[in-house]
Amino acid sequence: MSHFRVDIRQRAEELVSLYPRRRSALLPLLHLAQEQDGYLTDEAIAEISELTLTSAADVRGTAAFYDMIHLEPVGRYVVGVCTNIACLLNGGEEMLEHASQKLGCAVGGTSTDGLFTLEETECLADCNFAPCVSVNHRYVRTTTPEAFDAMIEEVREGRRDGEIPPHGTLVRVRRNGGLRVSKKELAEERAAAEAARIARLPKDPA
Amino acid sequence: MASLSAPKIVSSRGEFADSHTITRFLATGGYEGLKKALSMFPEQVAEEVDKASLLGRGGAGFPAGRKWSMLRKSPVSYLVVNGDESEPATFKDHFLVERDPNQLVEGVIIAAYALQVTQAFIFLRGEFALGLERVQQAVNDAYDQGALGKKIFGSDFSLDIVVHTGAGAYVCGEETALIEALEGKRGFPRIKPPFFPAVNGLYREPTVVNNVETMSNLPWIINNGGAAFAALGEGRSTGTRLFALAGKVNNPGVYEIEMVKNTFRDLIFDPALGGGVVNDGQVKAIIPGGVSAPWFSPEQLDTPLGQDEVGGLGSMLGSGSIVILDDKSCPVRAAWRITKFYSRESCGQCTPCREGSGWIERVMYRLEHGGGRMEDIELVLDLCDNIAPGLSWPPQQTTICVLGPSIPSSINSAIKMFRSEFEAHVHNGGCTYE
Repeated sequence: MSHFRVDIRQRAEELVSLYPRRRSALLPLLHLAQEQDGYLTDEAIAEISELTLTSAADVRGTAAFYDMIHLEPVGRYVVGVCTNIACLLNGGEEMLEHASQKLGCAVGGTSTDGLFTLEETECLADCNFAPCVSVNHRYVRTTTPEAFDAMIEEVREGRRDGEIPPHGTLVRVRRNGGLRVSKKELAEERAAAEAARIARLPKDPA
Repeated sequence: MASLSAPKIVSSRGEFADSHTITRFLATGGYEGLKKALSMFPEQVAEEVDKASLLGRGGAGFPAGRKWSMLRKSPVSYLVVNGDESEPATFKDHFLVERDPNQLVEGVIIAAYALQVTQAFIFLRGEFALGLERVQQAVNDAYDQGALGKKIFGSDFSLDIVVHTGAGAYVCGEETALIEALEGKRGFPRIKPPFFPAVNGLYREPTVVNNVETMSNLPWIINNGGAAFAALGEGRSTGTRLFALAGKVNNPGVYEIEMVKNTFRDLIFDPALGGGVVNDGQVKAIIPGGVSAPWFSPEQLDTPLGQDEVGGLGSMLGSGSIVILDDKSCPVRAAWRITKFYSRESCGQCTPCREGSGWIERVMYRLEHGGGRMEDIELVLDLCDNIAPGLSWPPQQTTICVLGPSIPSSINSAIKMFRSEFEAHVHNGGCTYE
C-alpha cells in the first residue's frame, strides 16, 4: 500500500526515471512528499527509501541536512524573513520581530491556529526588495510592517492561494517531454559522438 | 561618469514584462545562437568561447573556455549548471532564471553541444520556486520547439536536460557539494584531489560544472563571435557582467555593465545605476564579491570593476554581489551576522569550520550585543587564524572546501578598518548604533 496518493506516486516514479541513478531523485522526492503532507512523514521516508533503493535512515539523514525539508509538521504557510547582510542593513531583524508579533509565534514556531510557521532565513537572493519576506518560497516583496500585515491578512483569507500554494508545493510546471534515453542508447550515442570527433581531428601528415 | 554604452548581453530581454515566455524569446532572436552553433563543429564552438575568454561567473572566475578545453580531449559525461545561488546578497542568477529562462536553456544546449554531452542538469536552489517553474517551462518549450531531445533541429546532436531542485543549503553552491546533492546525498564537499569534477564528477565520471550566468552568455557569444565579446572590457575581464547591488543604496538591483570600464563609484552613484547612498549618506564600507570577500573602504571607490583590478587590491569580484554599508551601518553587527550565516551553513565535515564558525559567532555576538571584553578582539582574530592561517588573501586552507576559510574575511576587514568601533562596543557594553 503506497503512502503517496496515486498522482504523487506517478510523479515520483517519473522523477526516478529522469536520472541515471535512482538516488539522484532524492531531493526532488523529498519536496514531492512535502507537497502531499506539508512535511516529511515517516511513511513518506519509507516510500522514498523504497523508490531510491536506499535505507530509511539514509533518507532521513539526508533530509535533515537541508533547511527546506521539515521533519516535523509546519503551518500551511511557512513565512521566511531574511536577516542576512543586505536585509540586516535594511531592517531585517526588525521585520522578523514584527512578523513574530503579528503571527503570534516565536521564530521557528507555528501559530496556534496552525496556519503560519515563522522562520529566520539566510539570504533568499531577492536583496533589491530587502528586507526579504517569502511565503512558501514565493517572494511577497513586502518591505514595510504595514505591507507585511496586509499580505498576511490576504494569505489568511486564502486570497493569495493562486500565487502561494500550501507549504510543500514547489514546482507546479510538470515536465512534459523527452524522458531520459536508456543507458544503452546513451552509451551508443556517446560512442558515435566520439567516433565522429576522432574522424574530424586533423590528420597527421605522417 | 558611468560607461553604459556596452550592449546588454544577458539582460537584453529585461525590459519586457513577458521576457520569460517562449513567444518573446522567439521574437527576439531566440535559438539563433543555438542554430548557428549546430552549423559549426563542436570544437569551433568551444574555440569561440575560448576567444571570448569568458571568465566563469560563479565566483572563482576561472576561464570557461579553458575549463572546457581541459576536458575536450576525452569524452565528458555530464554538464551540470550551478544555479544554487546562495552567496549572501547575490541575486543575479535569480534575475536570469526568472526573467530569461529560455536564454539559459539555449546556453546550456550550446555548451552541451561544444562538449558533446548528451545529458545536462540544471541545479537550482529550492528557494527559487518561481524560477524553477519558469526554467522547467523553458525546458518543456525547448522540447516542443525541437531544441531539445533527439536530433536537435535536425542535426545529429541529442540532449536531455533535467531541472534539479536543491533543498536549502549554501554549501551546495560548491561544485563538488552540488554534485553530492545531485547524487541524492548530503551536500558535503568532496576532497580534491581526487574529486575534481572534470575527472571525478557526477557518478565519478568527467563532469563540467558551470554557472547560470556563464551559460546565459553563450547565445550572444556564438551569435556575435568570441572576438566581439573579448573586445568589451579590458585585460582578463572581458565582456559585460551582472552586478547585484544591495545594501544602503537608493536603487538596489541587478545591473549589466561592461567589465573594467566602470568603477564602484559609478555603480553606486550613477543615477541610472545605484543612484547614490540612501539619505545622502556616506559610504562606510563596500563588500565586493559576496560576503566571502574582504571589504573595501571608501578610498577604493574608484577601483574599476574588473577581476584583476579588484583582485590586485586584496579582494575579489567573486559572485558579482556588491553590498554598501553607510555611515549608519554597524560594522560589528554586519561582521557578526555574516559569521552567524557561516555558522549555520557549515556542513560540519571539518573541525576548524564547524567549531570555529560557532565559536567566533558567539564571541562576535557578545561584542555586538553586550558582554564583550577587550581581549575578544584578539580572540576572534586568533580563532580566524586557526581556520585560515596567516589571514592572508586568498586565504590559506585548512578545510575541504573554501567555506571555512571565507569566515575570516569580514571579521578581519571589520577589525582592520573599524577597530575603534569594536573598542567602543566593549566600553559601551554593546552596540553603539542603537
